[in-house]
Amino acid sequence: MESRAHLFKPAAREALHNPDLQQALTRVQAGFVGKRRTLVNKFPDFEGLRDRGQAMKDHTLAHLDYYLEQFEAKVHEAGGHVHWAETAEDAQRIVADICRQADARMVTKGKTMAGEEVGINEALDAAGLETVETDLGEYIIQLAKEPPSHIIAPAIHKTRQQICDLFDEHHHQGTFKEKLREVPDLVNEARGILRGKFLNADVGITGANCLVAETGSMFLVTNEGNGDLTHSLPRVHVAIAGIEKLVPTLDDASTLIRLLARSATGQEMTAYTTMVTGPRRGDDTDGPEEFHIVLLDHGRTNMMSGRFREMLRCIRCGACMNHCPVYASIGGHAYGWVYPGPMGSVLTPIFVGLDKTKDLPNACTLNGRCQSVCPVRIPLPDLLRDLREAQFDQHLTPGTTRHGLAVWAWFARRPRVYNALSRLGIGLLGRLGRRRGRFRRLPLAGAWTAGRDFPAPQRTTFQAAWRQHLSRRQTHE
Amino acid sequence: MSQASSPAPRPTVALFVTCLVDLFRPSVGFATAQLLEQAGYSVDVPEAQTCCGQPAYNSGDRAHAKQIAKQVIATFREYAHVVVPSGSCAGTITAHYPDLLRDEPDWAQAARDLADRTWELTRFLVEVAQVDLPTVDHKTTTTYHDSCSGLRELGIRSQPRQLLGRVNGLQLREMADTDVCCGFGGTFCVKYPDISERLVSNKVDNIAATGADMVVAGDLGCLFNIAGRLHRLEKPVRAYHVAEILAGTARSEPAIGEGDRS
Repeated sequence: MESRAHLFKPAAREALHNPDLQQALTRVQAGFVGKRRTLVNKFPDFEGLRDRGQAMKDHTLAHLDYYLEQFEAKVHEAGGHVHWAETAEDAQRIVADICRQADARMVTKGKTMAGEEVGINEALDAAGLETVETDLGEYIIQLAKEPPSHIIAPAIHKTRQQICDLFDEHHHQGTFKEKLREVPDLVNEARGILRGKFLNADVGITGANCLVAETGSMFLVTNEGNGDLTHSLPRVHVAIAGIEKLVPTLDDASTLIRLLARSATGQEMTAYTTMVTGPRRGDDTDGPEEFHIVLLDHGRTNMMSGRFREMLRCIRCGACMNHCPVYASIGGHAYGWVYPGPMGSVLTPIFVGLDKTKDLPNACTLNGRCQSVCPVRIPLPDLLRDLREAQFDQHLTPGTTRHGLAVWAWFARRPRVYNALSRLGIGLLGRLGRRRGRFRRLPLAGAWTAGRDFPAPQRTTFQAAWRQHLSRRQTHE
Repeated sequence: MSQASSPAPRPTVALFVTCLVDLFRPSVGFATAQLLEQAGYSVDVPEAQTCCGQPAYNSGDRAHAKQIAKQVIATFREYAHVVVPSGSCAGTITAHYPDLLRDEPDWAQAARDLADRTWELTRFLVEVAQVDLPTVDHKTTTTYHDSCSGLRELGIRSQPRQLLGRVNGLQLREMADTDVCCGFGGTFCVKYPDISERLVSNKVDNIAATGADMVVAGDLGCLFNIAGRLHRLEKPVRAYHVAEILAGTARSEPAIGEGDRS
């Protein structure tokens, strides 16, 4: 997917003034945050589970080569095929080739963020295939020709009215014009249309929530069951997964699944939790004839050394964006690439390039709410700060900021000069603002005063006032 | 554990007043010093302090952040306790200096040592001082904003509420989303003013919804942001630092952003 992260500022501004988007976004905080909190409080030792999740992922990453090979061998044993995709182009080519060899005409797709990452839809289009998204949210944005705006709720930016209008346009040629329909009605309609597609698809493409090394299995969690119809009905099943999705054992998978649903949607378990091991076996009554798994690198091995390895623990639950006040204000599209919110602000600069994503590490207040809910304890604010440091070192930080910091630091390191000058400046500002107590406008503070008054300082600096206070005290003694 | 029953001399406490309090609201510094003295400590304000370096640190300017961190470490080396009326600045010292200086073992050790001696004000009063402060009367309905760094880096949540609970006449009404950022974020508020404005508008809405006539917090950055937005929207809610309420000086001092005749 082409990055538009360099347009963050104008996109964010537009998002703030988009009433439909703002209406839709209220659901993020209202729904996910409360449900997660309820379940986390109900779980006997959620903090312990987070510790286990973190330790398990750290262990797996430290021995990733071993577990990848184990996984590959087990998939072969189960009769499946493993494909290694180093780049996005590799992944596109591999998937297109599989479809071509299967003589496919129609492809159904479950939600896959790794697929978004490598632009799998574009590759399928280019290969002349009809592709149908089967996750309801993905289906909606496919109709709207938009990318997902959230990693687990791709159409969270759409209001019900907008969805009604889309269904009307695509399913009824405008006969329902402007009618607001009920959710079950819309779901049933989409289900009816998708059912035909499930039955006619030649290839089903899904993501994977985790890959189990000891069995060569993959887990798929959904709430709609679309993932199961996508992987089990067509002749060929292709799953795309980043190499960091690996876990050593089924026990570890269970830790991950317990963390995932609670953190993501505030559910104890998703409605469907499916384990897939290889293609249909001799005595199976259903399942695909072929099973392919595409293991995607796409820059991940570059993250293995150094601090950003911690980001490879990410299990793509979306809790960080659900709890991010910036995401809640501007939605996911403003971030400009596949992954929005805090995890996206770390991943996008790494995958797309620091110079093309200058705003992402900075558009964060470092409030730490994301880190406090991350199921695998990724220190997102620290990683964002590290990216800022990399920007600074590569001279990508704006000159005004660099010079401003240098001047400020020069004074901050010379307390006598700093104290003398600040006393003068504050004295003046304090006199100007004393009667009203605040400024509506102030030179050089336009960004502040656009939406806020600027509180005026009190009479003098604390340092000056404290010295006076001490000398008065001495005189009295 | 009252003051009268613990006459043992207490060590001198260094007040790290923070750059924002120094420049914009000395009354918070005086209130903090008063509270510490009432708790039986003598208070020093080292003249060599300026800022904790957080603006440089959070902007990726590690070199300057390190220089300033070393200056702070040297300035406060001799004190048994360093008290800061800000969770954000205290968080920088305790949660970030050791990491900032990780490549220089001697300084990293000195940073850990300072971190162990550094306290945010309300936490210091509750957990270290452990004295009953003189009674304060302040009839008001108040809501409390949890500053992010204090809350999540230092675990400060119950301490200010416990202390406010002892102010006669003060009724605390919790707002919705009290743990959500007000949108200040240091330089964030001027780099992304429109996003920041949205965040502070949400905060101000939540404050107004409580019907409280006062908002209190432990960080001047958040308070300036919140008070500035409250004034711009002409909402009749006054903003004070928690130290000013606890010391009883808020009754005579104009609230943040209010003048002699506002």
